[in-house]
Amino acid sequence: MKEKIKLLKDCRVLDFTNETAFLCGKILGDLGADVIKVEKPGGDESRNLGSFYKDIPDPEKNLYWLSYNHNKRGITLDIETETGKDILLKLVEKTDIFLETFPPGHLKRLGLDYTSLSKLDPKLIMTSVTPFGQSGPYKDYRGSDLVFTAMSGFMSVLGDPDKPPVRPTLPQSYMWIGMHAAEGTLMAYYHRGMTGEGQHVDVSAQAGVTWALSIAPSFFDLNRELPTRAGSFITGRSITGAKLRAVYPCKDGYLSYIIYGGPAGIRTNKRLVEWMDSKSMAPDYLKNKDWNKFDIATVTQEEVDQLEEPYANFFRTVTKEEFFQYVLEHDMLGYPVATAKELLEDEQLKARGLWHEVKHEELGTTITYPDFSTKFSSIACGFWRRAPLIGEHNEEVYGEIGLNKSDVLSLKKANVI
Amino acid sequence: METTRQVFEGINVVEFAAIAAGPVIGKHLADHGARVVHVESHERPDGFRVNYPPYKDNKPGINRSGAFGICNNNKYGVTINLKTREGIELAKKLIAWADLIVENFTPGTLKKLGLGYEEMVEVNPDIILLSTCNQGQSGPHALHPGFGSHLSSLCGFTYMTGYPDRLPYILYGPYVDHIGVGYGVIAAVAALEHRRRTGEGQFIDLAQYEAGVQFMIPALLDYSINHRVVERDGNRHSFAAPHNTYPCKGDDRWCVISIFNDQEWKDLCQCMGRDELILDPRFKTIPARKKHEDEVEREVAKWTSQLTAEEVFKKLQENGVKAGIVQTIADLFADPQLKHRGFWAPVDHPEIGRCHAEGPPFALSKTPFKIDRPAPMIGEHNELVFKEFLAAGKEEND
Repeated sequence: MKEKIKLLKDCRVLDFTNETAFLCGKILGDLGADVIKVEKPGGDESRNLGSFYKDIPDPEKNLYWLSYNHNKRGITLDIETETGKDILLKLVEKTDIFLETFPPGHLKRLGLDYTSLSKLDPKLIMTSVTPFGQSGPYKDYRGSDLVFTAMSGFMSVLGDPDKPPVRPTLPQSYMWIGMHAAEGTLMAYYHRGMTGEGQHVDVSAQAGVTWALSIAPSFFDLNRELPTRAGSFITGRSITGAKLRAVYPCKDGYLSYIIYGGPAGIRTNKRLVEWMDSKSMAPDYLKNKDWNKFDIATVTQEEVDQLEEPYANFFRTVTKEEFFQYVLEHDMLGYPVATAKELLEDEQLKARGLWHEVKHEELGTTITYPDFSTKFSSIACGFWRRAPLIGEHNEEVYGEIGLNKSDVLSLKKANVI
Repeated sequence: METTRQVFEGINVVEFAAIAAGPVIGKHLADHGARVVHVESHERPDGFRVNYPPYKDNKPGINRSGAFGICNNNKYGVTINLKTREGIELAKKLIAWADLIVENFTPGTLKKLGLGYEEMVEVNPDIILLSTCNQGQSGPHALHPGFGSHLSSLCGFTYMTGYPDRLPYILYGPYVDHIGVGYGVIAAVAALEHRRRTGEGQFIDLAQYEAGVQFMIPALLDYSINHRVVERDGNRHSFAAPHNTYPCKGDDRWCVISIFNDQEWKDLCQCMGRDELILDPRFKTIPARKKHEDEVEREVAKWTSQLTAEEVFKKLQENGVKAGIVQTIADLFADPQLKHRGFWAPVDHPEIGRCHAEGPPFALSKTPFKIDRPAPMIGEHNELVFKEFLAAGKEEND
């Protein structure tokens, strides 16, 4: 078999992103690019977000940082100083892609915006990620995961009707944004390959989270209907407006089971009733139900409630694991409501080789990470290096632009790096 | 010199795909200039056309689906019955014409039809085949049927959404499908770049489940290192306060405010006209505000409930405080910032009338996206695709 290649091995990326777009540079790194994460002298503030290794609040032990900065080298640089700016310009000479999350206008004030840098190198690609975009009425507004989840509309469809809307507790918006930024950046990179032309990629965090809404906008667009939050239920499957339960309590947690129509849905319902009957928990009206006449698109709330009540009683008697094994063996739809624990134990993910044990000499331990998830027959994607320590590659990277050890030392003393 | 060339001009894509996970990949490529042909049949139309609302005016009809519409703008629609020998021959002609195939059938389905990767390579040696499915092409659960709407539970998202004292909430729609779409676009462009460099095609195996896991990494590390399961906690944040939704004037109207440091707290107090709260010992630092979180939230809610969400948003953002409106979908269509970005692109559909496609979240300065056609009616482009595209062949566009 032919050896797989690192697709972006000749692509150099300077990564000036904050937590909102770490994933973008990581994806380019997964594909083989030489990604250099640039932090302020002393390290980025984003190293203080969320949980820490063994709960030790140390910027070198931040779990969010470790999660989305592997496959990057790390340097420190203060581009607000004249010396720092000169060094950056030298780095840019060897850079293909410049990723940044500064507020719109900030780089322009430093003479380092796309217009200025593209004059030096028309092939340069710059990807700018900001809360709302580079221009427009909200361009100077600030953001957070909560703000993006709200402003994108995603929050409006999450939560119980009698409680305020919610966000997922583990922030999701930054991953959406970083992933989309990688899509746009790769498109620009492909275009550059075809034409030799660089360009500016303007990513809006707000717009980046809207696809999390899936098809919800089309309800309003076509019929002025407003999908709203429905808690543990799903809506929009029946034209009667019936809600379908998607989360049930079970013996040791929760299950996800949804009444579907179609061949898979009908098979699933029939087999669930058989399973319930084998435990004498299927009421007669369930046993006698003519599933072939069941139509999810027109089902009424009354019919749904009549099905879900005995289902709920039955699910309370099974564990997550029993349920999952049963649906796997009987070709039925349904999943446990998993936690990180179950993901790490999942047979499928193990068999697919998703997990990667990474040695952290600085912590004296190994940590399990998921690999890049897409399997290419000809492109190598992997876990090349753990996330960098603060300024870990200063000597190496600055050496590549002609600075020697003593230059690096004096830059450090002057607090430029 | 400015150019009007689009990124994927000359690239031909064929989709043996339905619902969201496959077709939305093609949609993003079509928005950027690829010619994308969506294959279905009258016997087996795309599930979004027939199995799910919304339909225009709530009247079901094969060409009246909003879900199909939002996933398939700017594509060409053809019908081929893949259960017939003639159908397979025609599909092979399309494969020969294509640069990239996107499919999201159950693993093994195309192979059974005689359209596996090997058969594709026979008719088109440098073809790229992107297979996307729930669990991946291999492994003990590869053939286990599943839908994106509850894959978010297996992926861990359900458990950590909601309040500790209530059932977890299910995320809206096939959440994980759309993560798979993002990774699918990335994979497609990477494979096209690989082909540009080497002239070679390849096979791509994308599991939506595994793509979803990429959005869970901090929770996975927290468990494997600290043995801590991330528990759902409403809108609160371990290291920020106040950090929540607050009620505003009007029916079911909400704003969000997130305060990460003491300067932001000071700015918020000043905006509320409550300078005395800045130095109140209960609220002075983040740990203090976390300790008195119910009280601090009551003070904030007292202020927001006298204003509209829009007023809170403007007032706070003009003063540098991270705040937002819990926008409904109606709000999104009226959002001046999204309007500025041309996010909702109007298209005119023969049966649905004026409707909107959703633009990409990124704007490419020299190769902007272009949305100028609605999703196709079933079989709408049979003649164009089978007669003109196939007759012209691939070379013309290269």
